[in-house]
Amino acid sequence: MSQAVAQYETPYVQILDENGNVTNPDLLPSLSDEQLRELMKRMVFTRIWDQRAIKLSRQGRLGFYAPVAGQEASMIGCEFATKKEDFLLPGYRDIPQCYFHGYPLHQLFLYSRGHQLGGKVPEGVNCMLPQIIIGAQIVQTPGVALAFKLRGEKRVAITFTGDGGTSQGDFYEGMNFAGAMNLPAVFFVQNNQYAISVPRELQTRAKTLAQKAVAAGIPGVQVDGMDVLAVYHVTHEAVERARAGEGPTMIEAVTFRYGPHTMSGDDPTRYRTKETQEEWERKDPLIRFRKYLESKGIWSESEEQAYIEEAKEIVNQALKQADEAEKMTVANLIDTMFAEPTQTLKRQRAEITGEGAN
Amino acid sequence: MAQMTMIQAITHALDLELARDERVLVFGEDVGNNGGVFRATEGLQKKYGADRVFDTPLAESGIIGLANGLAIQGFRPVPEIQFFGFVFEAFDQIAGQLARTRYRSGGRYTAPVTIRSPFGGGVHTPEMHADSLEGLFVQTPGIKVVIPSNPYEAKGLLLAAIRDPDPVIFLEHMKLYRSFRQEVPEDDYTIPLGVANVVREGKDATVIAYGAMVGVAQKAAEQWSKEKGFEAEVIDLRTISPIDIDTIVKSIQKTNRAIVVQEAQRSAGAAAEIVAQINEQAIYHLEAPVLRATPPDTVYPFGMIEDEWLPTPQYVVDTLNKVMTL
Repeated sequence: MSQAVAQYETPYVQILDENGNVTNPDLLPSLSDEQLRELMKRMVFTRIWDQRAIKLSRQGRLGFYAPVAGQEASMIGCEFATKKEDFLLPGYRDIPQCYFHGYPLHQLFLYSRGHQLGGKVPEGVNCMLPQIIIGAQIVQTPGVALAFKLRGEKRVAITFTGDGGTSQGDFYEGMNFAGAMNLPAVFFVQNNQYAISVPRELQTRAKTLAQKAVAAGIPGVQVDGMDVLAVYHVTHEAVERARAGEGPTMIEAVTFRYGPHTMSGDDPTRYRTKETQEEWERKDPLIRFRKYLESKGIWSESEEQAYIEEAKEIVNQALKQADEAEKMTVANLIDTMFAEPTQTLKRQRAEITGEGAN
Repeated sequence: MAQMTMIQAITHALDLELARDERVLVFGEDVGNNGGVFRATEGLQKKYGADRVFDTPLAESGIIGLANGLAIQGFRPVPEIQFFGFVFEAFDQIAGQLARTRYRSGGRYTAPVTIRSPFGGGVHTPEMHADSLEGLFVQTPGIKVVIPSNPYEAKGLLLAAIRDPDPVIFLEHMKLYRSFRQEVPEDDYTIPLGVANVVREGKDATVIAYGAMVGVAQKAAEQWSKEKGFEAEVIDLRTISPIDIDTIVKSIQKTNRAIVVQEAQRSAGAAAEIVAQINEQAIYHLEAPVLRATPPDTVYPFGMIEDEWLPTPQYVVDTLNKVMTL
């Protein structure tokens, strides 16, 4: 005979169904009409930004870009639940969270183009630059969170990764450190179903990604990632729990990316069917939230049209600003390797500039 | 002044810096209550509390990631990798992350982290404990690599490393930990990073070494003097990234001959870089090619044969004799 020494449940949270009907009224967040409209505006902005970025990328006017359409509710809902003083550790697809946390859009353009200024996050913006190595930001998150804890600041570190990132050892190490040290951290996973082309079921035998939190002894929750209210709700709970000193949480947002992995040659038709794509598009985060807001009488098509024009203008302005960035030089790059260039680098700098060494 | 072993000098330096700068945090596997497997952090948790000197879960990537996150928030972490052979687990967090933090962010974020780690052969450890892996980090832009050769140097260099505004790997040769004592002043002093030290003057050949090989080179120089009447100038590099090539060139201008002694296997390491830089800057002062006294390109050997594999004073003397006759 054996007995259970520990048992766990992985909750699933949804508030709005595909048609914008409230399925879980008890969990409806207490947001004002203006805040609800703001959530919609941000999702509209994100969709417009994505369409524009894809076009620019095809024209060769953008560098590296990972499309976000389909994931708007996950991205916008979680960032909306943070405070400006909370610190974001994003992956490369998490550009919308960065932008709404204060990272200037023109710098995000520059980041995409491979300009150093792109990564120079302005003082006062609590965000790391986007991470390229999958999962590397996850082990850095406990460090940021520990800094807040040691200084007695009521701030939270929140990091983002995808389903692919949960296969990395760093994912478990980061959660485990945060759990063991009881740190104010949130691990937000956007399960968009594919690690580039490898489907979710080939990545793990675990039934959910959220249950990976169990091994670290921290709460794990799965949320409908196409439902911005549900994402806001679970993230808000996690962030405020962390802020209150009650430790970290892991969130799995179940979502889908409509576009390719990146604009660098990925063709999603090689690894997923039209039917799958259509099935997810029926769950679209903008459609359902629009229906919900319209049923409350606080959103209209004309308003959305007007906002789309506004969003396009913001993107155009940022692009213009990015175009005006000063050209980088190799000598300047040398100067940013260390606080003070080493003897070796000074010599190499002189070789490049033709100026005398030392 | 006090007589200290190198391990005592290291503990003493950490103690001084924890007292001086409240941003300094010391952590790693077993470094808290246990004081480290070599006792490098003995008594520090008791003195400074578990907020500043603490144990972590057993995960090297997690430890350096923690340091990285703390550093971008203004702390000065001094994490320990229990043995440097375990560094592969943390390679991305060091070479891919820490070393690039300043560069990637255009200086917005910095990583003043000092990674301490024991390494080095001759103490019959199991596999993956003794390897000289410093060359991997010599080839990594954005991080400095420091290897002290004695207790006095260890203290001054460690204090300089922790105060450096950029990441530093500080490697402590296990054989030097307790092999001898030396006068170490109790007050605060630093030895600048990137500046080599001429530890023995000579006119006939230059011997460039670092870490435990400095002692081997000094013994070889004495033996050579006795046997052949030649005087070798011995340079302790102290910092192998960046390399103080000016001190090396100055010595070669006098001696016209040089060898590099390195505990790591031969190819593409610090010694190779030193020879390349000598080639670029001092070739017209050389009477003979610069030779490397190093073990062969094998994995660090099994315990029963490591003493044969490691460079000895006799091997250094043989290499010096060779460089005189070329």
